[in-house]
Amino acid sequence: MKRRWTRRRITEDLMKAWMLSSFVIVAGCLGLILWTVVSRGLPALTWEMVSQTPKGGFYMGKEGGVLNAIIGSLYLASGGTFLALLISLPIALYLKTYLGKSNWGHYVRLSLDVLWGIPSIVYGAFGFILMLALGLRASLLAGIVVLGLIELPIMVRAMDEVIRRMPADLEHAALALGSTRLEVALNVVSRQMLPGIITAVLLAFGRGIGDAASVLFTAGYTDRIPTSLMQPTASLPLAVFFQLSTPYPAVQQRGYASAVILTIIVLLISLGSRWISARLNKYTIK
Amino acid sequence: MTDQNKTYTTQTNTQTEGRSSRPSSAARNWRDRSAQKTFLVITVFPLLLISAITIGLLWRSWPILTQYSLQELFLGSVWKPDEGLFGFLPFIMGTFWVTVVGVVLAVPPCLLIALYLSEYAHRLTRSIAKPLLDLLAAIPPVVYGVWGLLAIVPFVGKVVAPFSKQWLYSIPFLAVNQPTGFSILSAGIVLAVMIAPLVISVVYEVFTTVPNDLRHASLAIGATQWETIRYVVIPRVMPGIVAAVVLGASRAVGETIAVLMVVGNVSQVPGSIFDTAYPLPALIANNYGDMMSIPLYDSALMCAALVLLVVILIFNILSTVVLQRVLERRQV
Amino acid sequence: MEAHIQVRNLNAYYGKTQALKNINIEIPRRQITVIMGPSGCGKTTLLKTFNRFLELNDGASVTGEVLVDEQDIYAKDVDVTEVRKRVGLLAQRPAPLPMSIYENVAYGLHIHQMRKGKLEYKEAVKHYLEVAGLWDEVKKRLHEPATGLSIGQQQRLCLARGLAIEPEIILGDEPTSALDPISSQHIEKKLLELKSQYTTVVVTHTLRQAKRLADYAIFMYLGEVVEAGPAHAIFTNPQQERTRAYLEGLF
Repeated sequence: MKRRWTRRRITEDLMKAWMLSSFVIVAGCLGLILWTVVSRGLPALTWEMVSQTPKGGFYMGKEGGVLNAIIGSLYLASGGTFLALLISLPIALYLKTYLGKSNWGHYVRLSLDVLWGIPSIVYGAFGFILMLALGLRASLLAGIVVLGLIELPIMVRAMDEVIRRMPADLEHAALALGSTRLEVALNVVSRQMLPGIITAVLLAFGRGIGDAASVLFTAGYTDRIPTSLMQPTASLPLAVFFQLSTPYPAVQQRGYASAVILTIIVLLISLGSRWISARLNKYTIK
Repeated sequence: MTDQNKTYTTQTNTQTEGRSSRPSSAARNWRDRSAQKTFLVITVFPLLLISAITIGLLWRSWPILTQYSLQELFLGSVWKPDEGLFGFLPFIMGTFWVTVVGVVLAVPPCLLIALYLSEYAHRLTRSIAKPLLDLLAAIPPVVYGVWGLLAIVPFVGKVVAPFSKQWLYSIPFLAVNQPTGFSILSAGIVLAVMIAPLVISVVYEVFTTVPNDLRHASLAIGATQWETIRYVVIPRVMPGIVAAVVLGASRAVGETIAVLMVVGNVSQVPGSIFDTAYPLPALIANNYGDMMSIPLYDSALMCAALVLLVVILIFNILSTVVLQRVLERRQV
Repeated sequence: MEAHIQVRNLNAYYGKTQALKNINIEIPRRQITVIMGPSGCGKTTLLKTFNRFLELNDGASVTGEVLVDEQDIYAKDVDVTEVRKRVGLLAQRPAPLPMSIYENVAYGLHIHQMRKGKLEYKEAVKHYLEVAGLWDEVKKRLHEPATGLSIGQQQRLCLARGLAIEPEIILGDEPTSALDPISSQHIEKKLLELKSQYTTVVVTHTLRQAKRLADYAIFMYLGEVVEAGPAHAIFTNPQQERTRAYLEGLF
């Protein structure tokens, strides 16, 4: 029974080493991405960058910042998230309390998964068609609508995952006490869902704020901070993209700095959602 | 279902008698039913949206689809919108190459990591891996693009391409024709990292559907863990693995900004992974500004979006249906 | 009596809870040993220490020694796959591998490279299916998926699969509890036929099965071995009060 270096043992150890090194490589990529972006962007990240809108000659390296893009992105993502929440909450509740594992529920989930897979450039093109049909110009409103559509499947599926892990006993207990299913949905399920909803909202918000291809078509780009829904607006991903497309090194530097701002926002959201759901989960019955 | 409600109703009646502050059970049940109808309408929304996107794109690309034959559009390799030449072949091939390279690079490490997490890793390792993958998935495409620009393009241009030029040039698809590093390979590497979190987590889910009894049966006759994985775990969930890979491929097909920033965007049919390419999403994103100024240009770009959509719908529906089947088996 | 397995000062833990407390027993060669006791007494845990299956549970740990032919299977330089090749297991529920009936039996032969050439494999598969009493039922559909068999047939297939790697010891973890009475009888009959060639250790929760099978019996209670000895002695004249109570059906 002594251990010997047989072909079988060597294969086993080699595969395990290969698995571990793959894991290290992918985890290393995460570190590499963050390090690359931060190390190049941080030196150019000044208070001016985050507190001012672009002044004349900004895109040739003169003074100004990307406040327009920061505010614009926050507007776009918040609006889109709010819109998505309005539609996805009833869908998620309905999936749970009325559909369960029925055929129709199956199709709704399938269609949501398919929607999730449609790339944002196609959503952008669709938004553009909508705008043509309705006679709208590139605007905050159009951007919000398209981001809302993109975030919708992400949000419903994230909520659905959390709700599905919820014990059926609780719901049955409420039904047994004489509640109708609507009352179950509104009182019992939604309270249990709260951590799930918050996680889903933050997840969708993070996806919305990072999306570039769809707002390219629908929200336009401007140096001013929008004051109404009908005005075009800048966004951070596009600020990164446009500044990197210019030939001036100083502007490219600012592009990297803008990427750092975007990364920080997204990481804060991602970590925050983890923290919040961990805290709230303590108070729900699992 | 309605029978169930009736029994509850009678119970509620006796319980709520004499408490007038609460709405009657009839009113409550009416509210339940009307809410059910409203909710039902809302669940149709996702299906409606998919149809609306498809119909909208079809509508806007109809002019070009009727004025040119499919052969001219999809096999033509000249793209000169001002002269009325719309050949999609370079872009379709660009998308194809970038996707294939990305998937080929991503699949082996993703499978191995998913296997490691499901078969070997301790609970602690798993609880570290999950947030790492979530973070990787949360990074916006444009940041991936910046990374590609700063790290991958120089790496390919200065390290991989010279190496290939020296040693591997005679192998088809590995010839180095331009030294910039903006290439299919760079885009493929960026894409591989971008789709990794999705592929890993889906494949991991798929592996967890294999009952432990099967693993134990194999281990009990003295198989090593790798033999158990190879002969028992993988064969049992092969369809799920393929579906996860197809799902990853569909993400790669549609990725826009990150690819656009590193792939070079020269409209040619690529012949090597070190060539530049011009995938469909990049074509749409780069030219949206002028598309209303040239006749049929907008229709051509919408047609490109339609092609993307059709490919992705097929990939997605196939993989999702298979995955739903595979993952449902866990409950049985 | 010649001991095939010797257990010395064995303790087992799941996390911090102790499941086995200072076990010292010997298991005789080429006889059927039955481990019995009320549920939760650690009998399956004890069985799992014999083929090092306990370590598959997250957080389980073992101290002490289990000697198979005087060799500690928990020693540092022991290859666990070699242990499991010598100590076969018949599980509670049959688990046919996701392959054909033929491949299920050939699997162990293949990974241990115990045969050469197609013909030798075919003969070996036939032989062990015959030993398990399954050959006549499956000889016409050897290449169909094993999951198509009835649950009783599946368990006999698992027996054939386990025997094919030529173990010296067979462990049975309540091997008939998932089966119908006729299939159970089949398995019991096989175990009795095979006992002249193999050392057999069976965990069971039914007293009647224990009496039918046992040459040697071990009674466990709350993680401890209360009494162990030749079966007729234990069943007719137990020395311990708790054994007596169990045999009389008091718990």
